[in-house]
Amino acid sequence: MFTPSDWSAIGLTLKLATLTTLILLVLGTPLAWHLARTRAWWKAPLSAIVALPIVLPPTVIGFYLLVALGPKGVIGQWMLSLGLDTLPFTFSGLVVASVFYSLPFVVQPIQNAFESLDQRLLEAASTLRAHPLDVFFSVALPLARSGLLTATILGFAHTIGEFGVVLMIGGNIPDKTRVVSVQIYDHVEAMEYAQAHQLAALMLVFSFTILFMMYLINSRSHFMQKS
Amino acid sequence: MNNLHTRFHLTLKTFSLALDLHLPATGISAIFGVSGCGKTTFLRCIAGLEKAAQGYCAIGNTVWQDSSRHLFLSAHQREVGYVFQESCLFPHLSVKQNLHYGLRRSSKHPNANVLAPIIELLGIEHLLDRMPAKLSGGEKQRVAIARALAVIPRVLLMDEPLAALDLARRQEILPYLARLPHELQIPIVYVTHSPQEVTQLADYLVVLEAGQLKAAGRLEETLTNLESPLAVSRQASSIIQAHVSGHEAHYHLTLASFSGGVLSLPYQQQRTVGTPLRLRIYARDVSLSLQKPQQTSILNILHATIAGMIHDGEGRTMVRLRLGDSALLAHISYKSACELGLQVGMAVFAQIKATAIL
Repeated sequence: MFTPSDWSAIGLTLKLATLTTLILLVLGTPLAWHLARTRAWWKAPLSAIVALPIVLPPTVIGFYLLVALGPKGVIGQWMLSLGLDTLPFTFSGLVVASVFYSLPFVVQPIQNAFESLDQRLLEAASTLRAHPLDVFFSVALPLARSGLLTATILGFAHTIGEFGVVLMIGGNIPDKTRVVSVQIYDHVEAMEYAQAHQLAALMLVFSFTILFMMYLINSRSHFMQKS
Repeated sequence: MNNLHTRFHLTLKTFSLALDLHLPATGISAIFGVSGCGKTTFLRCIAGLEKAAQGYCAIGNTVWQDSSRHLFLSAHQREVGYVFQESCLFPHLSVKQNLHYGLRRSSKHPNANVLAPIIELLGIEHLLDRMPAKLSGGEKQRVAIARALAVIPRVLLMDEPLAALDLARRQEILPYLARLPHELQIPIVYVTHSPQEVTQLADYLVVLEAGQLKAAGRLEETLTNLESPLAVSRQASSIIQAHVSGHEAHYHLTLASFSGGVLSLPYQQQRTVGTPLRLRIYARDVSLSLQKPQQTSILNILHATIAGMIHDGEGRTMVRLRLGDSALLAHISYKSACELGLQVGMAVFAQIKATAIL
């Protein structure tokens, strides 16, 4: 029922979402920890920057990334000077753009989980000879696991659902940057409604399923903590 | 030696703490005061949890903090055991894992031999495989004490460990707490706002008021110190350390001797001669007389000297008596004090209506 180019788009989408989510968990967790605990003046501006993708049209993010990463942009020039290719219209460029685009959806649930941690548990760990990094890995992370799960699911789902940023920075190159959302757009443009329908339904079912599972798991873990 | 020397200065939003204290190397030192007097903050300063605190903190020859040399060891570098008011067990770890958490981090060669006596001491053997959420409040607190001891601390800090528990749970834990000083050769600093816990547990007493030291010294002395708010409260009491010196089986009485004389107590058949006793006598249960009362039903009448006196301006007079090495408080009416012409230095007879064995 799916054409080979449909399958390629699905594979590319899953690869993009997985990579983006992994990178975001590695970068976003320390960022969330910092935002949750700092009282410095930069907390508000930094939080605002992290939250920007929630309100900005994806085209705006895509546009500025395109300008910055392109051969005439600051980052593009720097990459060229290192002998690297520029990022626009490559899969790597898509990953970089997705990391920015999905940042708040990963950082905020983790930050919320860190902020609601019982401060005294962290202090208890330090009186039990755990140094700060040890406290983070042995107490803070395990206790924030439901926040981490929410962040993983939202980051993954949100990356799968992106369209505007992909078009701006990745274009529409088969097997390289043509993800499912773009493929659907192409089908509609070509009046292939049946094929568009199949992919669209797949997205709908997939998104519903993982969100449903997320809420199910989170309400269960709350229930278990109470009992 | 494990003497604790602390000198802290810390200004917080609601009050400022300024203390210079030496605490004994063994036994329970109770830090007593009303809520908000700074006693928990003081404990946190010792543990290194208050990073803004200035001053000095040392145990024996080990200096943990000396602001004049810009020395400040973080909490994880200080050899303390800390018991929080609400146990603060790690909810994602089993009881056993909670115990191992500190043990693993405090010694290079952790072994079960360290834990066995601690588990035994607190009676938590049967709880080891449970999760904290499945424990009662009293059990949680016993595990928390065991967890703090598993790091082999040089000082045990306890922040109102009974405050979050109901009366029955407190009674369950008190015997375990009372055993601690006999089993541990380290200072135990015990923060509380309960006069009951002070009289039952403490060997040394520190009274704080608004971040300042009000009184400090041996329990028997400080409890009866007329400067201390404890001595003038309605619940004021004295502690006498005595030992069983004989039994009068036909009267169902046990005799307890101390440097100030002999007291008759309700029969303590199971306690052999020589057993130490900690006796609590409420100040309101002590009355005074200039001559030895004749033909009275009160058994315990002891010779005493008036060491101090204050009037509360509301009709009550607090009298501090000296009996041998011991001190005894008597709360009498101001009128009686005037009519008897009581003065410091006078010899009187103290009649004791009731004595409790703690």
